[in-house]
Amino acid sequence: MKVDVKAANQFFNQKRLRLTAIIVVFGLAYIGASLGLGFQSRSLLGVQDGIAWLAQNFIPNEASKGYWTEISQQLLRTFLVAVASTTCTAAVSLFLAILGAKTLAVSRSISWLIRGFASLMRNIPIVAWAMILLFSFKQNDLTGFLALFFMTLGFLTRAFMETIEDFGTEKIQALQATGATYLQIIFQGLIPEIAIALMSWILYMIENNVRDATLVGLLTGTGIGFIFNLYFKSLRYGAAGLVVLAVILLVVSVELISNLIGRLLS
Amino acid sequence: MIKPENQVSLPTQLPAGPRFTIPLRFRDRRRVTMLITLLILGYVTLITLPTMIPDHFKLVEAITGFTENIKIMFLQPHLSNTSWLSLLGGLGQSILLAFLTTLIGSVLAFFLALASTRRFAPTALVLGIQSFMAVIRAIPTVLWVLIYSVVFGLGANAAVIGITFHSVAYLTKVYADSMDELSPEAIETLQAMGLKRPAIICQALIPYLKPSYLSWTFIRFEINFADAVAIGAAAGAGGIGYQLFMSSSFYFDFHEVGVMVYLILAFAVVLEIISYRLRSSNTAQH
Repeated sequence: MKVDVKAANQFFNQKRLRLTAIIVVFGLAYIGASLGLGFQSRSLLGVQDGIAWLAQNFIPNEASKGYWTEISQQLLRTFLVAVASTTCTAAVSLFLAILGAKTLAVSRSISWLIRGFASLMRNIPIVAWAMILLFSFKQNDLTGFLALFFMTLGFLTRAFMETIEDFGTEKIQALQATGATYLQIIFQGLIPEIAIALMSWILYMIENNVRDATLVGLLTGTGIGFIFNLYFKSLRYGAAGLVVLAVILLVVSVELISNLIGRLLS
Repeated sequence: MIKPENQVSLPTQLPAGPRFTIPLRFRDRRRVTMLITLLILGYVTLITLPTMIPDHFKLVEAITGFTENIKIMFLQPHLSNTSWLSLLGGLGQSILLAFLTTLIGSVLAFFLALASTRRFAPTALVLGIQSFMAVIRAIPTVLWVLIYSVVFGLGANAAVIGITFHSVAYLTKVYADSMDELSPEAIETLQAMGLKRPAIICQALIPYLKPSYLSWTFIRFEINFADAVAIGAAAGAGGIGYQLFMSSSFYFDFHEVGVMVYLILAFAVVLEIISYRLRSSNTAQH
C-alpha cells in the first residue's frame, strides 16, 4: 500500500514538474515576444476602451443617417462580389480537384503538379495578390473579385481534393467493373455522392470571403473596405462605426443562412 | 374443343383517375435545397460578373500587364531598396506577432471554452458566450486592429489586441466544440468516483483533448501569420506585410515583392511540414 502511495506521489510530482516547466517556457516566450514586438502587456487591460468606442459609434445619430444609403450600397456590392468569386472558384477548383485527386488517378505527375499549385496559391499573401492586381487592373470591383478568386482557389482545390479522396477507391472500382466510363463515374457516381460536402465547403468559403472582402477592399480601394478606410482616415468615426455594424449584420446573416442550408441538406 | 378447367382470367384493373403527385426527385428535401442553392448562386454570379467590368476597360492590356508582373515577381526576384537584414527582421516580427497572439488567444479561449461548453456550463451562459463570440468573429481582423489603433495609437499594441480578439473568438468556438464531443457518460463516471470538477478538467479533459487542441491551435497560428502579414499592410502595423505594401504600392518594385513572397512561402513550407508531422503523430497515437 505504501508503495502505491509513493508511486502515485511520484506520478503527480512529475506531472506538476512538467506543467511548471511548460508554463515557465511559455511565460518566457511571451516576455521575449512582447519585448521583440514592443507590446505592452498593460494594454490588455485597455480592451474595454475599444468596445466602448464601438458602442459609442454604433448608435446611429443624425450625422450618420446620411451615410446609410452609401454604406448599404457598397455592402451589397461587396457581398455580390464575394459570392460571385466563390462560385467561380468552386467551378475551377472542382475541375482541378477531379484532375488531381489520387484516387481518380489520371496521372501521378498531374496530381503532384496540381497539389503544388494549390499550395502555392494558398500561401501567397493576400497583400501581394491585391497589390499586383491593383497595379494592372486599377481600382475597380474586378480587382477585388480576382484577388478573392486567387486566394480561394488554392484552399478550395485542396479541400475538394481531400473530399474526393475520402470517397475511396472501392466505389470507383465497383463502377468501373460495371463498365462505366470515366465521365459516367464522375458525373453519375462521384459528384452526386459528394455534392453535400462540396456545398458545405462553398458555403464556408462564402462566409470567409465576405469577411476577407473587407480586407481586400481596404487594400485595393473597392467596396466596403474602401469606404471604411475613407471615413476612418477622415476621422468620421460615427460613419466608420456604422460600417462595422453593417459588416456584422452581413456576416452574421450569411452565417445564419448557411447554417440553415446546412441543416436542410443533412 | 378442349376447354381448360379453370378459365384463365386476367384481373382487370379499375381505371384510376389521374393522380397528381409530385415526382420523387422534387420531393427530396436535400435535392431541392441543393438545386435552389445552386440556382441562386449561379444567378447571382451571372448578374454580377458583367457589372464588375467597368466601361472602357482594356481587358487584354490588363491581363498582359498582370502576367508580365507575375513573371517579374517569380522569375527575377532581387532586392533594391531594402536589405536582407531588415527583411528578415520584418519576417521575424510577423512571426512573433502571430506567436504572441496565438499564445494569448489560446489561454483566454481555453477558459472561455470551459465556460461555454454544454458539458460543464449552464445553457444560458453557453448561448451568451457563443453569440457574443459570433459577433466578434463577424468583424474582420483588420477592422479590430484599426479600431484599437484609435484607442492605443498605431503600433504593436493595437496589432496584438486586434488579432487576439479574432483568435479568442475562433478558438473558443472550436475548443468548446471539441469539449462537447466528450461523452457525458465519461464525466458522470468520474463524478461517481468522487472527483471534483477541477480534477476532472485537469486529469481527464486536458489529456483527452490535447491532440485536437494542438492541431487547432496550430491551424490558428497559420491563420494568424497570414493575418499578421495582411495587418502590417492594411493597418501599417509593421512586419514584412508593411514592407510588402511599401515596395508594391510606393516603389512599384515587383522584383522586391518577389523576394518577400518567396520568403513568406519558405516560412509557409516550414509550417506545412510541422503540421504534417503533427497530423501524422496524432494518427499514430490513435
